[in-house]
Amino acid sequence: MSAGAAQGRAGFGRAIAWVLLLAGGLAMVLPLAFMFSTSLKDASEVYDLRLLPAHPTLDNYVTVLSDGRFLRWFGNSMGVATVVTLSNVFFDSLVGYTLAKFEFRGRYFVFLAILSTLMVPTEMLVIPWYVMARNFGWLDSYWGIMFPGMMTAFGTFLMKQFFETVPNDFLEAARVDGLNEFTIFWRIAMPLVTPALSALAIFTFLSNWTAFIWPLIVTTSKELYTLPVGLSSFAVEQQIQWELIMTGAALATLPTLLVFLALQRYIVRGVVMAGLKG
Amino acid sequence: MTDQTASTGLWRGLGLRQKQVVWAWAFLALPILFYALIRFYPTGEAFYLSTTNWNLLSKPAFIGLANFRRLLADPVFWQVFRNTVLYLVIGTPVSLLLSFTVAYHLDRVRLLHGFIRALYFLPFLTTAAAMAWVWRWFYQPVPIGLINDALAALGFPQQPFLRSTTQSLPSVLAPAIWAGLGFQVVIFLAGLRAIPTTYYEAARIDGVSNWTILTRITLPLLRPTIVFLVVFSSIGFLRIFDQVYNMTTNDPGGPLNSTKPLVLMIYQTAFSSFDMGYAAAQTVVLFLALLCVSLVQLRLLRDR
Repeated sequence: MSAGAAQGRAGFGRAIAWVLLLAGGLAMVLPLAFMFSTSLKDASEVYDLRLLPAHPTLDNYVTVLSDGRFLRWFGNSMGVATVVTLSNVFFDSLVGYTLAKFEFRGRYFVFLAILSTLMVPTEMLVIPWYVMARNFGWLDSYWGIMFPGMMTAFGTFLMKQFFETVPNDFLEAARVDGLNEFTIFWRIAMPLVTPALSALAIFTFLSNWTAFIWPLIVTTSKELYTLPVGLSSFAVEQQIQWELIMTGAALATLPTLLVFLALQRYIVRGVVMAGLKG
Repeated sequence: MTDQTASTGLWRGLGLRQKQVVWAWAFLALPILFYALIRFYPTGEAFYLSTTNWNLLSKPAFIGLANFRRLLADPVFWQVFRNTVLYLVIGTPVSLLLSFTVAYHLDRVRLLHGFIRALYFLPFLTTAAAMAWVWRWFYQPVPIGLINDALAALGFPQQPFLRSTTQSLPSVLAPAIWAGLGFQVVIFLAGLRAIPTTYYEAARIDGVSNWTILTRITLPLLRPTIVFLVVFSSIGFLRIFDQVYNMTTNDPGGPLNSTKPLVLMIYQTAFSSFDMGYAAAQTVVLFLALLCVSLVQLRLLRDR
C-alpha cells in the first residue's frame, strides 16, 4: 500500500467523519427547528409536519403576546434572573476577593464553611426554605423567588480562583495612593477579572432563567409565575393547541439563543471556565 | 459628634494590618449572615424535620427514625429508587460516550468547526419546561406525532412512548441527555485542547495507530476531565426533576410512577401531601446518595 493511498483513505475517513458530525449537529437542532417552524404555522397547517411552513405567519406570536400573562411571565423571569445575577456578581466577587487577598484569622474557616454548602443539594433545602418563606411572609413574592440564590458558593469559589491571579503589587500601589479597600476592590481588582465576571454572569443568568423547582414551589398566583412555571401550567388549563404552545416555547428560548449568537465565543469560554474552575 | 471623633481616632490608631482585618470582616458580614441563615440553618432543619411527623399545621412531633423505616417499607420509594438509578446508569454512560465521540472528532475538524460546535451546544441553552413541550409533541401518536409519523412511513408499528410504563423512562431520559450533551462536548473539547501536541507528534513518528493513541495517550491524559464530567452528570441525573415533571405534567412521574425520580417524590410528598417530615427524610436519602458520588470523585482524583 502506497503512502498516497493510505493518505487518501485517511482523508476519505475524515470526510465521512465530518459529514456525520454535521448530520449529528443538525439532528441536535431539529427539535428547535420544528419548534420555530410550528410557531410560524396557522392551526390548519399544524398537522402538516413539513419543516418549512407553506404560509408563514406571525399570528401565533400576536396571540401569545397579546394575552398579557405571557409577557408578564417573561418580564418576571427577566427581572428575577437579572437581579439575582447582579447580586451574585457583586457578592460572590466581594467574598471571593476578601478570601483571596486579605489576611486574617478565620479566613480558611470561612472559606471551608462556604465551600461546604456545595455538599448540600438545593432540593434538600426547599422544605426549610418554604417554611422560612411562609413564616416571613415571603411566599408568592419576587423576593421569595430570589432569596435562596442571592449568593452562591460556586460563584464565590470561581471568583476567589481568579482574584488569586491578580498581582498584589497593583493593590499595594493603590493602598499607597490612599484609596480605601472598597475602592481598591471595585475600581482596581474588579476590572482585572472581567472574563471571570462575564462567565459568572452568563452562568448565573442562564441557571436562573431556566430555574424551575423553587419558583414552582414558592409561587401560587399566576401573576408571579416565572416563564418556565407558566409554560408548564399550560398543560392543566387548556386544550392543547400545539402552534400556540410552540410559540410560547420559542419565545422562552429566543432570548438565550440570541444572546448566544451575539456572544458565542464568550459564552462557550465562560461555560468552560465556570465548569472547570468551579 | 464626640462619638464620631472618638471612633475616627480609634480607626487612625489601628495599624495597616488591623485595618485590613476590619475591612475583611466588614466585607464578609452580610455574606456570613446569608450563608448562616439561608444555607446552614436550613440544612440543620432538614435533618431535624426528617425525624418528625409534621403536616405544617400542628407542631412537628419527634418520631425518631420512623420516617426512614416507613421509607424502606414503601413500595413507591423502591420504584422511585429504581427509576433514579436507571436515569443515572443509563444517562451518564450514554451521554458521555456520545459527547466524547463528538468532541474527539470535532477536535480534528477545521472546516465549520465553530458552527458545528454551536449546533451541539444550542440545546444546552434551552429551558426544560419549553423543550418538554416539543418532545411531547414529537412523541404523540399519528397524525401529529413526528416520530410515529416517521415510523409509519417506514412501515414500523406505532410506539406509545410516554403512555407506556416501559418506554416512558427512556422517552423522558432522551431529552435530558439531548439538553446536556452540548455542555459535555464543550468541556471535552477544552480537555482535548489542553493535551500538548508534542505527545501526538511523538506517537505519529513512532508510527502508532490512532486507536493506540486514543487509548494510551488521549484517554489517560483526559482523566481529570472525564472524572469531572462523570461526577457532574451523575449528580445531574440523581437530581433530575425539571424534564420529568414537564414531560408528564398531567400525571407527574407517571404512568404508574414509571418515570418518577427521587426529587419528584420529595416534591409531591412535601407540596401535594404536605407530609413534611417524610419528605425531609427523602431529602436526607438524596443527600447521602450525592455524598457517595462526591466521595467516589475524591477517591478517583486521589488515585491518579
